[in-house]
Amino acid sequence: MNQSSRTGTLVMVVYLIFLMLPIYWLVNMSLKTNFEINSGVTLWPNDITFEHYIKIFTDSSWYSGYINSLTYVVLNTIISISLALPAAYAFSRYSFIGEKHLFFWLLSNRMAPPAVFALPFFNLYSAIGLFDTPWAVALAHCLFNVPLAVWILEGFMSGVPREIDETAAIDGYSFPRFFVKIFMPLIASGIGVAAFFCFMFSWVELLLARTLTATNAKPIAVTMTRTVSAAGMDWGLLAAAGVLTIIPGALVIWFVRNYIAKGFALGRV
Amino acid sequence: MDKPLNNRAWWLVAPVFLIVAFSAIVPIMTVVNYSVQDTFGNNQFFWNGLGWFQELLDPSTELGGRFFDALWRNLMFSAIILAIEVPLGILVALSMPREGWKVAATLVVMALPLLIPWNVVGTIWQVFARADIGLAGWGLNALGIPYNFTGDPLAAWITIVVMDVWHWTSLVALLCYAGLKSIPDAYYQAARIDGASRWAIFTTIQLPKMNRVLLIAVLLRFMDSFMIYTEPFVLTGGGPGNATTFLSIDLVKLALGQFDLGKAAAMSLVYNLIVLAVCWVFYTVMTHAGSERPQREIAG
Repeated sequence: MNQSSRTGTLVMVVYLIFLMLPIYWLVNMSLKTNFEINSGVTLWPNDITFEHYIKIFTDSSWYSGYINSLTYVVLNTIISISLALPAAYAFSRYSFIGEKHLFFWLLSNRMAPPAVFALPFFNLYSAIGLFDTPWAVALAHCLFNVPLAVWILEGFMSGVPREIDETAAIDGYSFPRFFVKIFMPLIASGIGVAAFFCFMFSWVELLLARTLTATNAKPIAVTMTRTVSAAGMDWGLLAAAGVLTIIPGALVIWFVRNYIAKGFALGRV
Repeated sequence: MDKPLNNRAWWLVAPVFLIVAFSAIVPIMTVVNYSVQDTFGNNQFFWNGLGWFQELLDPSTELGGRFFDALWRNLMFSAIILAIEVPLGILVALSMPREGWKVAATLVVMALPLLIPWNVVGTIWQVFARADIGLAGWGLNALGIPYNFTGDPLAAWITIVVMDVWHWTSLVALLCYAGLKSIPDAYYQAARIDGASRWAIFTTIQLPKMNRVLLIAVLLRFMDSFMIYTEPFVLTGGGPGNATTFLSIDLVKLALGQFDLGKAAAMSLVYNLIVLAVCWVFYTVMTHAGSERPQREIAG
């Protein structure tokens, strides 16, 4: 047993180093001057500089990218969770006509390639006048986030015994009051996990976000492509922008760290 | 598990149904519309019937050739990353620390790559693997191994596969870890009394308990690798040549690059049908596995 746990530690350490190495390199690059980057590989910055970060925080065309991205991510998370809550309750508690087919159809939309939807979404949101607003991206991301939220929440809700619903009904709770006052606190961790996943998949997506925005609602991911200029790549600035996109994710992970394992099994373990 | 039949439950599902229908059915109808027409520009369209589909599914034409090449490349890629990520994920899950602050720290580090925007994942690996400024590229060349992912197709493939392993193995590992945590200690004690070997514990206790989450892991990984776009687009742009042009990259080139609406629409539909078919197979297997053990149902 002792020997196997030692191999376990070794595997873990090697794996974690493998995960951290590219991130270390990105941070390293973001603190170097472009002159140092281009003049050879150095394992740590000889001359630490924060010029790239200062540029991002003082240039509105840079930091507005972060604000735009966070706006549509938060909008999408709120829309997805509030729509998915009643639907997940219906799937976990009742059987109804077309239930199985509907569930499969929802699931299949989570799996549909965004590339298929890029062009029609562009037409659709241009036609209804939402093109280049955070709402377009938030609604477009509902395509995969709403089914995912339903799927996760249904798993958590099925773990709550049905007797609770019945007892509340006998005690005279109306359905909306029961749902908000009693049921939602019971699955609070499930809601947290579902929100985490909606945040994650909306935050990391680029193709639809890029297709549906032009200038006003441009996400940070698109702003980052600007670092290519006539003078060559601005690697330091690119790396600094990359480091800053990792931070919101890291903060969110820190908050849900105790639920991560269960959440990744979508509430079904 | 029998649930009461109640068709009024549709009212609870209706908002989700409407928004997903708005996001899925309207665009798909647009695609169907384009797929049977041809255009000479100026918004003048004329009926082309099944012409695009015939061209697409015939490998001897230019369109069909590039479609089947991209499809083949994409299937290869999915197979390779599944063959690496699933065993590696299981191994990592088995090696997770048991308790204490190490668990939280490990979980946070493991989840980190999952929350990095996909274009930044591409950027990270570009910066990491370039031969002139990247640690990996520079290191390999310094060790005497010629490596240049922008010029050599094999190096490009290896870089993309390693990038995907870096990006997504944690998902498989976290899923398996969740499965492992649900095994009661009594099972292990019983195995110890029986004198079971490490391998026997793995095959008879741990693997059966993990098969549900492994199914989810394989489904998610297959689907996401089958629609991979952003990371290889940023890293290699589909090159060198067409060596890493996967289905989504090819489709976006066709639709938004060349604006070949009819061809792109036909390709979208066939692409989507393949996804739907695979998804249906997994769903059936999952529902079936769920009905065998009714106390842990999977599909409502």
